[in-house]
Amino acid sequence: MAFLEISNLTKSFGKTEVLKGINFSIEKGEVVSIIGSSGSGKTTLLRCLNFLEIANGGTITIDDNCIFDASLHKKLSEAQKRINRLHFGLVFQSFNLFPQYNVLKNVMLAPTLLKTGSKEDIRETAEQLLERVGLGDKMDAYPCELSGGQQQRVAIARALAMHPEILCFDEPTSALDPSLTGEVLRVIRDLKDDGRTMIVVTHEMDFAKSVSDKVIFMADGVIEEMGTPEDVFDNPQSPKTKAFLSNTKF
Amino acid sequence: MYSFSEVSLVLLDGFLVTLKLFALTLLFALPLGLILSFGSMSKFKPLSYLTKLFIWIIRGTPLMLQILVVFFVPGMLFDNPIFAQNRFLAALVTFVINYAAYFSEIYRGGIEGIPRGQYEAGQVLGLTKTQIFFKVVLMQVVKRIIAPMSNEIITLVKDTSLVRVISVIEIIKAAETFQAKGIIWPLFYTAVFYLAFCGILTLLFGYIEKKLSYYKN
Repeated sequence: MAFLEISNLTKSFGKTEVLKGINFSIEKGEVVSIIGSSGSGKTTLLRCLNFLEIANGGTITIDDNCIFDASLHKKLSEAQKRINRLHFGLVFQSFNLFPQYNVLKNVMLAPTLLKTGSKEDIRETAEQLLERVGLGDKMDAYPCELSGGQQQRVAIARALAMHPEILCFDEPTSALDPSLTGEVLRVIRDLKDDGRTMIVVTHEMDFAKSVSDKVIFMADGVIEEMGTPEDVFDNPQSPKTKAFLSNTKF
Repeated sequence: MYSFSEVSLVLLDGFLVTLKLFALTLLFALPLGLILSFGSMSKFKPLSYLTKLFIWIIRGTPLMLQILVVFFVPGMLFDNPIFAQNRFLAALVTFVINYAAYFSEIYRGGIEGIPRGQYEAGQVLGLTKTQIFFKVVLMQVVKRIIAPMSNEIITLVKDTSLVRVISVIEIIKAAETFQAKGIIWPLFYTAVFYLAFCGILTLLFGYIEKKLSYYKN
């Protein structure tokens, strides 16, 4: 069995069916890009994986351990959601750093509150992560003093500090100046070299093509096409994929 | 005739009562207001409606009337004038209820103004709701509400003068004892006390605002 197995995941908001049965799997160390136009359900899928939304149907299995089965529990307790969330990390489009804390505190806050280790260890890990994303000299700065690209790199370090098995990115560069996207994408590329398992929702097609092991094209709440970057970008089968790719600048 | 220093001492006595009412009201109304704001934001509809009804009644009637109700009604209903021996307590209870209602609306505005992304960022990191509220949201709420709060708190200083309707001798009531003897200037002199104290509060809030300006939202 694959490391992460998503099967038959569905989600509706009122009468609107946003996810209509999503199936895919990821091996450890793989990077999967999810592309598709706005409203295709990409973000909702990530939010279901992070239990910010609770899927109406389907199962989520990590490492042969079924962490979510909609047919068993219609309603998850807060505690259960929290435990499930720890398998995943999420980097938001709009960073969502905590403005009142400096960069180091942003990264250390969750590990400190959840006591994942000794204070010294947490601090050391946080400093290493910030070095890793190239912000070793900004640890005392506040988010409002940083550029968007720097803020997003802090957000990545913050997510990594909780040691998620799978790191998700929700359009991590969409809120950035074009000149700042490069530094964020470079960090994600570095993480791939470290062997991180990642799911990246993105509009950066060049990046998706070059960094991914697998590309998923979503349209209208279903996975329209899935395969290697070469399959999806160079030899798309579905007419919807072809139309989407021809309308998207590279 | 009374000398300036004699008058000053009498007024100061009254002003200490004013200050006591002010400080105790804040002590109890600030936390009670937070609880009320949770009530009015509750997803449990009956609780939310009940809290909003309560806030409507408190904000929709004069504080002076509320003081009279709290002071007289227990005696009329239960034949038990619990506040007859302690007029100050009647005043304090009324002020705490009244100001908690106003504070709760300020808190609510501040809490609802925090972007959803802040909660979600805490959630995906595995924090509990309590941790998110106290470690992520609360400090940002404080920064957002400091201006409306300082307004309300400065209003409280002057609202304390209303308790003289049940003969609690705060500074205005103290000055009126001179007025009864035909001397009016002590009444005007009370303004100096109010101005001095509100001046100190203004400086204090300015200081807190400056302290919190180290970051932008």
